Amino acid sequence: MGKVTETGQMEAINYEGFQLTKLDTVIGAARANSLWPLPFATSCCGIEYMAAMSPNYDIARFGMERMSFSPRQADLLIIAGTISKKLAPVLRQVYEQMSEPKWVMAVGACASSGGIFDTYSVLQGVDRIIPVDVYVPGCAPRPEQIIDGIMNVQALAKHESLRRRYSPEYKHLLDNYKIDNDIDGE
Amino acid sequence: MESKLTNEQVLEALRAQFATAIGEEEQTIDNYLTVYINSKNVHEIVDWLYKHPEFKIQFLTNITGVHYPENEKGKELMVVYHLHSLQNNFRIRLKAFLPIENPVIDSIVDIYSAANWIERETYDFYGIIFNNHPNLKRILNQDSMDYFPLRKEYHVEDATRQDKDDRFFGR
Repeated sequence: MGKVTETGQMEAINYEGFQLTKLDTVIGAARANSLWPLPFATSCCGIEYMAAMSPNYDIARFGMERMSFSPRQADLLIIAGTISKKLAPVLRQVYEQMSEPKWVMAVGACASSGGIFDTYSVLQGVDRIIPVDVYVPGCAPRPEQIIDGIMNVQALAKHESLRRRYSPEYKHLLDNYKIDNDIDGE
Repeated sequence: MESKLTNEQVLEALRAQFATAIGEEEQTIDNYLTVYINSKNVHEIVDWLYKHPEFKIQFLTNITGVHYPENEKGKELMVVYHLHSLQNNFRIRLKAFLPIENPVIDSIVDIYSAANWIERETYDFYGIIFNNHPNLKRILNQDSMDYFPLRKEYHVEDATRQDKDDRFFGR
């Protein structure tokens, strides 16, 4: 038989004319390298995110040249900026409209915790209304930090089990946030 | 540029027309006339200034509220009107006190359409009720908010945040 090699963190058995590997790994690699981000940019962190999109930093190198401004076709929600309480239901609806699998990245202090805006009108962290996978600290974070956050999302996508989104734990998570789901919880 | 009207001229005319409805007056250092008026007469005074053939005070700069929790009873809330005569380059500020138990004042939307959203904002933050307003509901805060956040009995900070030491944040 062929020998086991690791290419791009994918464990595979290569031989003349064929390659054997796990479906999880292939799909994980495909997902991770073609994330379609939906930028939900409300303030200054959004500007840093735009810099991250620009040729200087170029997140297209990570397989994300297409920003999706429709939640239906997006699988990474990037929340960059202050979310007011009045905007919270809108953000939640955007999240609910995204189809599985989906990841959420909170960019900057405001999206992560409310930041300096400890006030009656500002949501004290988006994780109060939707589950967040990766937090990027900073006020505002530099584009390099945003890219680091994106690479962390890629690592999650790459190593996530294909069954994770059907697991009782995931259902429990969504139920905690009172987000509608049709997971059986097997 | 100098104004074509003087503060004294307008004040005298106001006192002659409305007598008891006009209270004290004061001037800020930049010669900006402030007149304390009876809250029941706001609509007629604004209307009169608007229709006055000489003054032509026909531009509404802003309306806002103020909360003075330590004021005597019946004067805890205040509504401030900033009016401007573009033709005479003259500005005037009208202030009316309201009791906090029943903060009701007449809307001036029928005179200035611009007052619509500003009055809604004043309602939103101070709970001041504008009589005859066509659509008096919250405008900036979330609809589910159940208090008026700029009244001083409420903390400005978000009450649900736990990562801060309450002693240092007025909670």
